[in-house]
Amino acid sequence: MQLKKQNKITTTLTAATCTLLGINAADTVAEEGDWDFDSAILYYSEVDRVSAIEPVITAKREFGDEKSLNLKLVIDVLTGASANGATPSDQPQTFTRPSGKGSYTESADETPLDDTFKDTRVAFSTQWDQPLNSDYKTSLGANFSTEYDYLSLSLNGSLTRDFNKRNTSVSAGLSVANDTISPEGDLPIGFSSMAIDRGQAGFDSEFNATRDGGDDTKTTVDLIFGVTQVISSQTVMQLSYSISDSSGYLTDPFKIVSVVGNDGRPVDYRYEKRPDSRNKQSIYWQTKHHFTQDVLDISYRLFWDDWDITSHTIDLRYRWMFDSKRYLEPHFRYYSQSEADFYHRFLREGETLPEYASADYRLGELNGITLGLKYGMKLANEQEMSLRLEYYLQSGDNPEGDAPGILSDMELFPDVEAIIVQFSYNF
Amino acid sequence: MMLKVAALIIPITVLFSGCTNLGVEPWERNLLAKPEMQLIADPIEAGLDDHIYFSKEASSGGRSFAGGGCGCN
Repeated sequence: MQLKKQNKITTTLTAATCTLLGINAADTVAEEGDWDFDSAILYYSEVDRVSAIEPVITAKREFGDEKSLNLKLVIDVLTGASANGATPSDQPQTFTRPSGKGSYTESADETPLDDTFKDTRVAFSTQWDQPLNSDYKTSLGANFSTEYDYLSLSLNGSLTRDFNKRNTSVSAGLSVANDTISPEGDLPIGFSSMAIDRGQAGFDSEFNATRDGGDDTKTTVDLIFGVTQVISSQTVMQLSYSISDSSGYLTDPFKIVSVVGNDGRPVDYRYEKRPDSRNKQSIYWQTKHHFTQDVLDISYRLFWDDWDITSHTIDLRYRWMFDSKRYLEPHFRYYSQSEADFYHRFLREGETLPEYASADYRLGELNGITLGLKYGMKLANEQEMSLRLEYYLQSGDNPEGDAPGILSDMELFPDVEAIIVQFSYNF
Repeated sequence: MMLKVAALIIPITVLFSGCTNLGVEPWERNLLAKPEMQLIADPIEAGLDDHIYFSKEASSGGRSFAGGGCGCN
């Protein structure tokens, strides 16, 4: 949305945003009204688990000749509880906090949740788009994201070539990211047994014996190749292939795996251990069709990786225009994944440890359904606002059909329900 | 694997073989040029959704870089 009219709020917010982004407004805003701002605030809340509030602001400036600069700031405030991977039991269970300072207890028959999950993430990204000549366009970007115990830096670049009166575009993109994780209490040694403070004198040394270094890194290289084709004056289609290679520390240092006896009760908790490399690939297809008033947006993604996960994602949106200014947009998303080859809901006492194991339910077999509705309206001065409400349900089958003892009657994979509320304002 | 190769090859073949007949003249781009017809019509919403599903599911990427960027997965 390009603002043609100057108005007070834009001028004020330009200055405020530039201050926020650490940019001198006088240097960059040569002409008032050149910047377009989009903003949103997202509220995400799971039943009894994680909640997040996420404000976002983006600023875009056109420099003519299709050159443009995009800036984006995201703040993500997380609180709540997250499944630690352990199985439920018929007795209360006590776990050591990841920092080693203190413990938390989960009541009987409940999926153990670590309630210390709390973090604030600040992410800043910038993207520069520029045509090289009448056929080639390039885009270069950088992303920076920081949390209390996590730092991510990435650079990306892409090149697009237009053919056939710009009806066909072929693009290639590369992104390189380097992430550093440095949790409080250091990283656990994979498969070491969780030390539990029962008042014993040597707890600190027991806990320290499960610790590895203070931080570790991972490097991710992504490649995307895409073709976009105009099919008709009402239809456009995109097909892309992506390959992503991660290496380094890919384990979740906060997750554990229960070792259970023949009665299904836990005898030990081991810190999870994942492979130190992962290769992900996907094929993504998207089509948009304009019915001269309403718009249909449909996409499908086939994803697979060398952890033996395959997933299918279908996304459907229909923008139903009431008139030229107001619309209602129903949204449906279906997701289905198979489990990672090292996913184990639990390990059994007396059996040899596998090479890798994780009980993180996000690596198990699961289905996700999202149902949403968005209402949008255009305001005066080319401003626009929208509100969306969505419901997200994750469910999976109990993967171990032969769960021993008490576990055969327990919910090993409870549903996760979440609501998503987003308010957006473009000015 | 054959399915994956076919899923990639068939649409590409259809796209390229049809390219000479597909497409429109510049003056027929009225609807295609509308903001709601951009492949990612709402980049902020797309970014927020990518972050949610990256955090809650084992898959990521496809329409954009799969990347890292947070300690949530």
